[in-house]
This record gives sequence, C-alpha cells and structure tokens, in this order.
Amino acid sequence: MNPSRVIRLRHGACVPLAELPRLEFSSFRNTLLDEVAGEARVVSLFGHPGGEGLDLYAVLARDWKGELVLLHTRVKESFPSLTPECPQVHLFERELAEQYGVRPQGHPWLKPVRFHQRWVKGADIWGRRDDEHPIPGDMDFYRVEGEEVHEVAVGPVHAGVIEPGHFRFQCHGEEVMHLEISLGYQHRGIEQMLRGGPHPASIYQLEAAAGDTTIGHATAYSQLIESLAGVKVSLRTHAIRAIALELERLANHVGDIGALAGDVGFLPTASFCGRLRGDYLNLTAELCGSRFGRGLVRPGGVQFDLDPARAETLTQRLKVLAAETRGAIELCFDSPSVLARFEGTGRVTADDAEALGLVGVAARACGLVRDVRLHRNFGNGETRFDTPVIETDGDVFARGNVRRREIYASHRLIDEDLKRLPAGEIRTALPALAPESLGISLCEGWRGELVHVGITDAQGRLARYKIVDPSFHNWSALAMALRGEQISDFPLCNKSFNLSYCGFDL
Amino acid sequence: MLNIVRERLRQGHRTGTFPKEAPKLPERFRGLPTIAQNLTPAECAEVAAACPFAALGCSDSQLQIDLGRCLFCADCPAAARGALTFSGDYRLAVRKREDLLLEDKAHRLADKLDKRMRKLFGRSLKLRQVSAGGCNACEADLNVLGTLVFDLGRFGIQFVASPRHADGLIVTGAVTENMKGALLETYAAVPEPKLVIASGACAIAGGPFRDSPEAHNGIGDLLPVDLYIPGCPPHPYTALDGLLRLLGRL
Ligand code: SF4
Ligand code: SF4
Repeated sequence: MNPSRVIRLRHGACVPLAELPRLEFSSFRNTLLDEVAGEARVVSLFGHPGGEGLDLYAVLARDWKGELVLLHTRVKESFPSLTPECPQVHLFERELAEQYGVRPQGHPWLKPVRFHQRWVKGADIWGRRDDEHPIPGDMDFYRVEGEEVHEVAVGPVHAGVIEPGHFRFQCHGEEVMHLEISLGYQHRGIEQMLRGGPHPASIYQLEAAAGDTTIGHATAYSQLIESLAGVKVSLRTHAIRAIALELERLANHVGDIGALAGDVGFLPTASFCGRLRGDYLNLTAELCGSRFGRGLVRPGGVQFDLDPARAETLTQRLKVLAAETRGAIELCFDSPSVLARFEGTGRVTADDAEALGLVGVAARACGLVRDVRLHRNFGNGETRFDTPVIETDGDVFARGNVRRREIYASHRLIDEDLKRLPAGEIRTALPALAPESLGISLCEGWRGELVHVGITDAQGRLARYKIVDPSFHNWSALAMALRGEQISDFPLCNKSFNLSYCGFDL
Repeated sequence: MLNIVRERLRQGHRTGTFPKEAPKLPERFRGLPTIAQNLTPAECAEVAAACPFAALGCSDSQLQIDLGRCLFCADCPAAARGALTFSGDYRLAVRKREDLLLEDKAHRLADKLDKRMRKLFGRSLKLRQVSAGGCNACEADLNVLGTLVFDLGRFGIQFVASPRHADGLIVTGAVTENMKGALLETYAAVPEPKLVIASGACAIAGGPFRDSPEAHNGIGDLLPVDLYIPGCPPHPYTALDGLLRLLGRL
C-alpha cells in the first residue's frame, strides 16, 4: 500500500481536514481491505455530506503499533459494498444507507439500523415516505423455511426491568438456527443533537448515551474536545478519570457476574453481587455525588477533586469490598453445577470474532487482544496497564471469567492510582475548537472500546459527531453465539454479553 | 455447601433500616435545592437563562425551579452563582406536575392514594416497568430496589413481567418515536384501575433529550401520571420514598 495515501496518527491527535488526502473510491476500498487483511480493524466508518456527494471517513486501528489510520473518500448515490469481503463493516454500511440514502451495492443484508427519520430528505433507498416516521422493525426478517421450523418473536417490551429491543429466532424444535436482532427503540437522535455544538446540553447527552457507561462516554467525549481544542489535561485529571473508569467497570462486572449466577439459579452469588454492585456505585457517588458518575468528567478536566481524606476513605472501603467481592465470586466459580452450565454455552469462535470486529470483554473472551488501555496511556502515567485479561474459549464461561479476572485487576489498578495521585490542577480552560479539523478519541469502557470522532466546520463547531459504542459491533456476536444453541439458553447467553440497547441506538 | 454457609455468614445481614431510619447518603449527593431569595430581576433572568434544560424560570425576581426537568447537575450555573444550593434531601417525589415547581415555599411531597385505591394496592402493588428511550441508568436504579439492601418485596411492591398482571406502569425514558406505540399498547394491556409512575427526568419532561426530534418530552402528554419521581437518575431511596408515600406507608 502506498504510505502517502493514508494518514497515520496517534490516539488523541487532531488533523486539519485540508491535510487529509481524498482517495478515489477504488483506492480507499483497496487500502481498507489491505489494512484489514494485515493487522488493522475498522473502529469507525461514517459519512458527512460534502460539496457534491457524501464524504466517507474510515478509522482503522493498528493495535500493536498503537496507531490509527485515517482514510477518506467521496461517494455519490451508491458504492460497491465492502461487507462481502470485510464483514466487520456490515452495520456501518447499513447506517450510511439509513442516514444518507446511499446504497452500498451488493450488501448482503441491507436493512435500516435504527428506524429514524431520514437525515437527508427525499433519499430513502427503501422507498419509505419522508412525511412519516419509519415504524421500528418494519422490514422483512431472515426466515428459515421447512418442516417443523418455527419462529419465535420477543420484544420490544421484555419481561424484566430492561431496555427494549426485538429478537426473532428461527428454531427447529428447541434449537436456534438463526437469531436476528432488530433495535432502534431507544434511538434519541444523539448524534444529530450534537451538531452545531458543543452545546451546553451536549455533555449531559453524552453522559446519557449509555447510562451505565457514563464515565466512559464522558471521557471519550472530553478527550476528543480537548484534542480539537489543543489542550493537554493534567496527570491528576487522567488519574481521577482512570479511577472512575475502573469503578464503573467494577460495578458493572460485579453486577454481571451476579446476573449470570442468578440465571443459572445460583442465588448466593446473585444476591451478594447485587448488593456489592450498589456499593461500587456508592463509591462513585462519594467521588461526585452521583452513583453513575454524572457530573464528574468534563472537557478540560474533572469537576471533583480527590482530597487525601477522600482518597484514604476510598482505599479503605475498596479493601473491604475487594475481599467481599472475591468471596462472592469464587463461590460461584468453584461450583461444578454452575460451571457445567457456563462451559461450552454460547460459543463464538476467534475467527468469527475477528471477522465481526468484536471489541471489549466479548473479544477478549475469544482470545483477541483488544484493550484501549493497553494501546494508549492509562491512568496517571505511572500505573502500568500491561496485562489485558484474555480467555480463549469464547463461551459464557470465558466471558464471565474475563469479567472475574478484570474485577481483580481493577482493584489493583485503583489501589495503585490512589497511592500515587499526581499533584496538579483538575481543570484547564478550553480555547475554541480548531476549525475544519477531525479528531479521534478512544476509551476502554467496561464493555469495550468507545470510539468518538468529531469534525468541525469553519467556525469550529461540531459539524459531525460519530459515536461507536462497543455494543454496535457486539450484538452480532450474540446472534452468532445462539446458533445451534437451545432457545432456553438465550437469557444466559444474553447476560454473558450484557450489551447496551441505548448505546447502540444512540 | 459449607463454603456457601461460611460466605453467607461473612457477607452478613445487609437489608437497610429504611424507612425507620433515614438513609445515609454521600456528602456530595445533590438533592432537593433551596432557592436564594435576594436576586435582582436582572440576576434572576440571567441565572434562569443559563440552564440548558429550561428548568429555571423567574416570576418577578423569584427564581423558580422545575424539579421535573432538573438533572441535578454538578455544574449547575445557578448553583455556581449562589442562586440555589442542593441539599442532601433525597425526598422529591410528588403527585402533581405543578408540585414539581419549586419556589420559596416548602416542597409538597407525594400524598397517599385515596382510600379505595389504597385498599386495592396498599398491601400489594405489582408494577410493570417500561423503558422508553432513556439511558438505562433509571432502570438500573429501579432494579437495585430488588436487591437485599432495599428489598422492595418487604413492602409488598413487585415488578412483574406482564402488563396483564400489573396494577400499573412505571415508565422511564423520554418516549422515543420508536417506543411510543409499544408504551401505549402496554398501558392499554394493564387492567383498570391502574397507576402510572414517571421515574426520572426523561419520563417526566424529556431529561437531557428534551426537544429531540426523535423523542417526546416524557409521558406527560401521553398518559395520566399518578406519581413523579425526579432525578437523573432518581436515587433508589428517592424512588422508594415516593412509592411508600403513594401507598400511605410513610
Ligand atoms: S441543575 Fe441542571 S437542570 Fe437543574 S437548574 Fe441547574 S442547570 Fe438546570
Ligand atoms: S432521567 Fe437521566 S438517568 Fe434516567 S433515563 Fe433519563 S438520562 Fe438516564
């Protein structure tokens, strides 16, 4: 590949659009496919209406070099789909079709993603009318025909206190042959609302992109705004963000292990973990007043400092919690009846994980070494994050065990960060954003990689804001995991991923 | 088995003492605001205009806050200028929309249901939760009520799977275009008489997604609401306090 065609950058960098070469589509396509055949993966792919046509931007990560690669091209009404050769872009292309009415020609499963109003009037490749809001899920579903094949439809309103989504199973008896997941019910139009910003409401919308990932999304957003503004925040800010990020991971991972235990009827762990999860949320509330970390992370810094007394309280409470958490978790992982249900259930192969571009816990459970904390600076700069947790079986057990081991790792990371809190300011003033520039920010949220990309206009306002939540890639893995499984194992498989509906729907 | 018993003893008894004793909330928790009285009309107007969610208003020079729209922000510009102060009081839930408008008067907490409704639901209230376009933090903190710390079941309140088994709905989220239909159908499936509870700023007035073209500003225009639980998300104790007040148990 021709090096002059690609822009290589480090995480947190910001490039003037003028320096970005616009490739012919064929060279964009070939470079992307070459990169993916090599060591790169697609972390974001999105459009932005240009002069005539639609500007496409692809962000690829070369994880082991800690590098990002940026590709840019322009398309008109249609372009040859990359999905047949590069399945990990399948949803990105569906998104482009839905948002801008361009057709990825040859896409094997071209349906809307979120069923929202058209972003460009009069352009709907499915021939739906402009003056009516699309009906969610209103499209043909994949169907298996044959004797004794039946279909099970679930949702959008589910049985528990959870978010809405629609699941269609094609079953042969108890066995699931195919699962199709249709989402969009939580679509609030966040990316569109961010346009013209940063608005005063923007950070709150980002904090609520996926409520259980408040710290993650707020950090990704803040890093992006900081890079567009050309500001470096203090090491103390980094450390406080890192502590909050690990607390968020702890609360969610502990809750997930409790939910997995509950699903197989192992009640002691389910009930202990339910309580412990709340205790971790309360630690975050000690930090900033909100159990979900609302109001802590802001572009330019953090809003609450960790004074020595508070740091000491945190350390002490964490010590007690760490021991109790270990007790609660080990009970379940020591129990043969639990392990028998976890092992071998809902398996995703490493090849499928790679092809689908999985990230986070789901990817690490399939043996893929993908962790933003590893590939970029973490915490206060002294705490070394050098041991991502990897399991190889790709089943419910592996996903549970990645969480279990990450919980223990987070205990250590927070403890070290608290011991070595660097001195410094916690807030830096933000100048105006660089005009006509593109910035990229990544953050390892508890589910996985969060990717935010922003493009500014001539006045330095956000003209396009693109969010990729880990759930965007990983819902496809749940569908794969169900193939050949009993439909009764769906709840267990689903919990082992515990993906976000709102993070996907935006 | 022995390990389980040992661990059970170590984890101890964790159910909270609420409502006998007030819960202890973190020092930085932001609850019921108190409003300053000494603003000039110009100051008041300026402060009110600074809220990104239109939660503040002025009549003469009296600042007014709409707790239904308020997200209890850590960086509230009005709080930064001393025009209001967040207290640690988690008791926020009310029965009427207008009771969420707070000025200088005392906050009017939720009244109990009338006698007939209390007779029906006072000792057993089954709620169907519908999540309609929020961020899932509201749901998460409702789920927490089922853990052993809060142990909702001891008050006879339970979340159920089917609207047909429910006495009412507890709704979260701003109601996206895509969830409006499902929400109304779920409501229709609950047998009469039924209650509706709006939990969180989104469900009350749109929350951070206020005025999104893809969402409504909460359930107020769509369903008759019997209880409003403010917050983004409401603290579990805020929700529990509201539910118990509704049932006349506080
Ligand atoms: S806390 Fe937030 S929503 Fe409430 S008045 Fe202040 S700025 Fe407005
Ligand atoms: S009120 Fe706040 S916490 Fe609740 S769903 Fe809306 S954004 Fe999330």
